[in-house]
Amino acid sequence: MYDYTDFDESFVRARVAQFTDQVERRLDGSLSEDEFRPLRLMNGLYLQLHAYMLRVAIPYGTLSPAKLRQLAWIADTYDKGYGHFTTRQNIQFNWPKLPDVPAILSALADVGMHAIQTSGNCVRNVTADHFAGAAADEVADPRPYAELLRQWSTDHPEFQFLPRKFKIAITGASADRAVTAAHDIGLRIVRNEAGETGFQVLVGGGLGRTPMVGMVVRDFLPEADLLPYVEAVLSIYNVIGRRDNKYKARIKITLHETGKPEITRMIEERFAELRPLFGGADQALFRDIQAAFAPPVFREAPVAAFDAAYKADPAFRAFVDTNVAPHRHPDHAIVTISLKAHGETPGDATSDQMRLVADLAERHGHGDIRVSHEQNLILPHVHKSDLPALHAALKSAGLATANVGLLSDIIACPGMDYCSLATARSIPVAQEIAQRFKELDLEHEIGPLKLKISGCINACGHHHVGHIGILGLDRAGVENYQITLGGDGTADMVIGDKTGPGFAYDQVTGAVERILRAYLALREAPEETFLQAFRRVGMEPFKTALYGEGERDAA
Amino acid sequence: MSRRFTPKVVTANRLREGDVVYLTANDLWSLHHHEAELIEDEAHAQLRLLFAASQKNLVVGAYLADAKAGPNGPEPVHFREGFRTRGPSNYNHGKQADLAHV
Repeated sequence: MYDYTDFDESFVRARVAQFTDQVERRLDGSLSEDEFRPLRLMNGLYLQLHAYMLRVAIPYGTLSPAKLRQLAWIADTYDKGYGHFTTRQNIQFNWPKLPDVPAILSALADVGMHAIQTSGNCVRNVTADHFAGAAADEVADPRPYAELLRQWSTDHPEFQFLPRKFKIAITGASADRAVTAAHDIGLRIVRNEAGETGFQVLVGGGLGRTPMVGMVVRDFLPEADLLPYVEAVLSIYNVIGRRDNKYKARIKITLHETGKPEITRMIEERFAELRPLFGGADQALFRDIQAAFAPPVFREAPVAAFDAAYKADPAFRAFVDTNVAPHRHPDHAIVTISLKAHGETPGDATSDQMRLVADLAERHGHGDIRVSHEQNLILPHVHKSDLPALHAALKSAGLATANVGLLSDIIACPGMDYCSLATARSIPVAQEIAQRFKELDLEHEIGPLKLKISGCINACGHHHVGHIGILGLDRAGVENYQITLGGDGTADMVIGDKTGPGFAYDQVTGAVERILRAYLALREAPEETFLQAFRRVGMEPFKTALYGEGERDAA
Repeated sequence: MSRRFTPKVVTANRLREGDVVYLTANDLWSLHHHEAELIEDEAHAQLRLLFAASQKNLVVGAYLADAKAGPNGPEPVHFREGFRTRGPSNYNHGKQADLAHV
């Protein structure tokens, strides 16, 4: 794992000192809110509906036990004993008080963490496949590249005031678990015919008001050219991106309005200018970073204990079948710890749960912990013989819910329970759907399903790429929920289609149930997933299930 | 043509704690919506908003929110303002907890 160098450490400490002074000056009245607001946002501090919110970056979703314990300590000391993991591999504290924030940032700096660039029109937290370095289908570990990008983008003087925020995601695996096509820049590590490592580069993806699938602007970018190429993209965007209209300011609109051939030409031209200026320093730095991500030494031991428990214990078997993924080392496994217990808030973890996961990562997982954009925690390197003990420990803390990839593994943004941008609530909708299907005991029969809920058009809950997506809106002063079907956030990303008129707050769960009962009735076999069935039959049967045969035109 | 003015309250968040507060008729900031001054005149609303904006060491982000008269004082109209009087729906946090024992 990458540890801060003296340079990183002194930069973060200097920023904490600056912000401490800025908070003092705000509290004594020397700074107005207009002056202070951009300063607090640069340090991840938002003012939401009921309180301040501090958004802390978890670069490429990687945490150590020490970091997770410190987050637990912050939650207990300065917040209400929990944290909320977000769809961008951040953690949010919902109740900090302004005078305490400098102390929180200082506590974060103690473990090599910060909240810098988690807001504002700059390059945000670089996200990565949460199975990085462990997945069986991986070309290369994306995290060293993500760390290189983090260092390059942090406080980059040219890119602190972009037309709009800028999000980069990277995956090294064939199955895209990082939703790269929904990012301003999506990077996919590939090998060319000569066996060299490089990137397929996507630009202009994004969800929000105008959802767009990223376009491939380079099929193969040699790995050594990563920084000059990304800098060229940012540089062109910084110049031609629109600053006159906030809703047209993201690079996806720039790309759309300029056209792919022209923008590709501009990027390549700028790249040709920038490339010679890097001079190899980035590559020397990259080699140091890469060494920090060397895989752990995997234990060679029999897996008989795993096989026996799998046969004997149905609860353990269910957990393994849903929450455990193949590891590149056949005797190891990747364990996803669901933060989606039925009826709980998606992505929330209590301080006790954080400490337990930290302990278990030390005991069974080489001290490596990941946060996924799907708002779960992951222990990426667990020897199979340790899985029964791990499962038992998780169970004791309410963390053994066997639902990863199923209906109740819902992504939900904070919605109008916290967020000042929200137009409707999303958390209670997720809670009710999960509870209903637990009572119906249907989610295992339904099988793989991605249900994603956003509480406003900005789509933090990724509803566009949910197999079932739910978008909460304010329709004439009443919460109203639009449903989309057929979205897909994997490598061949698809934006879902609207079913028709929206549903009232208390009708959403029933609508989801009608959709899924229609699916169960029409699927050709239990193996045909909801998404496959939707692609085969299209929207009509689901429209009928939702709105009836004759009433549709009137609705 | 101007639309008829609908009654308002002035609301904001406390600078230090972030709590939702409401401006009362005697220039104080209350945690209770029903203690807010219900403003029925547009010119007066602008004056009260100016006053709120001058309280920059106490509150942040003051704005006018629709409200209506109720038996115990002003009540919120929009659901967003309703949530702001209580707190989140997923935990017993915020006003619904803090004010329960007051």
